[in-house]
Amino acid sequence: MKAPPPELTRDKSLRLKDLTVSFDGFKALDGLTLTVDPGELRCIIGPNGAGKTTMMDVVTGKTRPDRGSAWFGDAVNLLTLSEPEIAEAGIGRKFQKPTMFESLTVFENLELALWGDKSFWKALVARLSRPERERIGEILDVIGLTAQRADVASTLSHGQKQWLEIGMLVMQEPELLLVDEPVAGMTPQETERTAELLLSLAAEHSLIVVEHDMDFVRSIARRVTVLHEGRVLAEGDMDQVQNDPRVIEVYLGA
Amino acid sequence: MSVAGRLSTALREDPGGTVLLALLAAVAIAVPVLNQAVPASSSLHLSTYSLTLIGKYMCYGMLALAVDLIWGYCGILSLGHAAFFALGGYAMGMYLMRQIGPRGVYGNPILPDFMVFLNWQKLPWFWLGFNHFWFALAMMALVPAALAFVFGWLAFRSRVTGVYLSIMTQALSYALMLAFFRNDMGFGGNNGFTDFKDILGFDLHEDHTRVVLLVVTAAALAASYLACRAIIRSRAGRVIRAIRDAESRARFLGYRVESYKLWLFVFSAVLAGIAGALYVPQVGIINPSEFAPINSIEVVIWVAVGGRGTLFGAVLGAVLVNYAKTFFTGALPEAWLYALGALFVLVTLFLPRGLVGLLSRLRPTLGTDDALPARWTHRSGVGASAGNKAK
Repeated sequence: MKAPPPELTRDKSLRLKDLTVSFDGFKALDGLTLTVDPGELRCIIGPNGAGKTTMMDVVTGKTRPDRGSAWFGDAVNLLTLSEPEIAEAGIGRKFQKPTMFESLTVFENLELALWGDKSFWKALVARLSRPERERIGEILDVIGLTAQRADVASTLSHGQKQWLEIGMLVMQEPELLLVDEPVAGMTPQETERTAELLLSLAAEHSLIVVEHDMDFVRSIARRVTVLHEGRVLAEGDMDQVQNDPRVIEVYLGA
Repeated sequence: MSVAGRLSTALREDPGGTVLLALLAAVAIAVPVLNQAVPASSSLHLSTYSLTLIGKYMCYGMLALAVDLIWGYCGILSLGHAAFFALGGYAMGMYLMRQIGPRGVYGNPILPDFMVFLNWQKLPWFWLGFNHFWFALAMMALVPAALAFVFGWLAFRSRVTGVYLSIMTQALSYALMLAFFRNDMGFGGNNGFTDFKDILGFDLHEDHTRVVLLVVTAAALAASYLACRAIIRSRAGRVIRAIRDAESRARFLGYRVESYKLWLFVFSAVLAGIAGALYVPQVGIINPSEFAPINSIEVVIWVAVGGRGTLFGAVLGAVLVNYAKTFFTGALPEAWLYALGALFVLVTLFLPRGLVGLLSRLRPTLGTDDALPARWTHRSGVGASAGNKAK
């Protein structure tokens, strides 16, 4: 009835080289070079206007750079693909504001995100197979919404909605997840749960997390990249970065 | 699961629909008995006038179902569904006109009276085939479907949504009305078709024939309800509601939103066409005023009054509003449009979920599809106990 999910090798690294994007003379990215290894959880921080969102836009095909290259593995040239093609190639993106299907239950939201034939005629007769049900059960477990599986999504808290949307992204079996400010507007408890969630996902996915919340970054980060004026200012573990005098000057010290 | 088993599960989960189907069954049994078996002298006797009225309401119920399917579940507000209803009606009307044969005023065995009157010598090509019932039957569905397909393909592919789409559907219906008013279109101009004699050899003026038409209409309405319900309960139905909630997210998950909208719209148009085809032999006339924009707007009001996104509520709304209309237009003809307008305003302000919303506040088990409570709890033990490989 349905093709199985594609065999993802989970061995692709994201390599951005010398990316430059300018808007009306303003350089949003200025020779950005960044590599994220397979299975890595990378946090990206930086002041407003440092180029974090523009970088995500380039990776997901929303913005084309003036110069530079962006490769996902050795075969996927991101600069030649459209947004859905990049999604198909295994890069998922979570936007800041949670969007899901408010009148459907948590379970149904995940069901619709299942990998497979999405045509009308197939969906008309589609039935969940046992492995699919189990897969949804696993994701429910991962995002901590098993108890809410039958709840309508509109009744979820802000934090639960963010988790559900992350869960929907994971259902699509991406290799690399880009997550934009996942804990904005969350309570401390929700923030803590989100940290656990992202750490648990990091085992099977590469993750890039853009975040402002320093405590949160400290709680999940292995490697941190600091962006400033469209360039990488510093890279390393949290302590190295926090003690770097240039970083203190532009960002942390402020 | 057997068909019967599936049906009984479906009905258990849908108390409102069960009531609707039970009522339809009751109508299909009681009305023929009260009209045929009870003598005219008895106070229980149902007049042919009332019988026709009930048949008419059920046709409107089907039209309301068609509108609720796309508006309530997919957010497509069509203000032109009367056009599909009228096209189905015209297809039936053409068959009925051909059945008149030489019994018309001018006695022409092939040409309907209005063509003789216009001095036409032969039947236009698009009238060919309508002497066969099976052909007319196919056209009742295919003509509305083709129009909906072309219109929907253009509109949905260009991502026209919201009020712009509504205006376009209204314009479509208006344009068709103007076209059908013209004598040289070959559809009888502003008089349309009337003076029908018989259908499949049965006299349309006979009570027997009318009883059979009523039973067929009740069956068609029940079948339409079950078909809509089956669509909504499928995964496609969930995708359709997902599109209503967050269209861009659905696209991002890989769903081809325009194709979902298109097929739903076509199906809805077919339902409207069949409703129109059943309507014409019962009321005995079809003319271009059926395309009038106000007709389409009235359908939307029926659905809003009954309860959008509930299917059975749409049927309820259609019957109640039309009953009120029959009453008002008899008692206070000029007040009807004001009453209709006031009704719409009141429902929008105080009953956003319609009468069904009101009922479900009194009886929570009448839950509506928008907020299916605990749908999965009783049948998805598998997922809950699954391991956590991902960790």
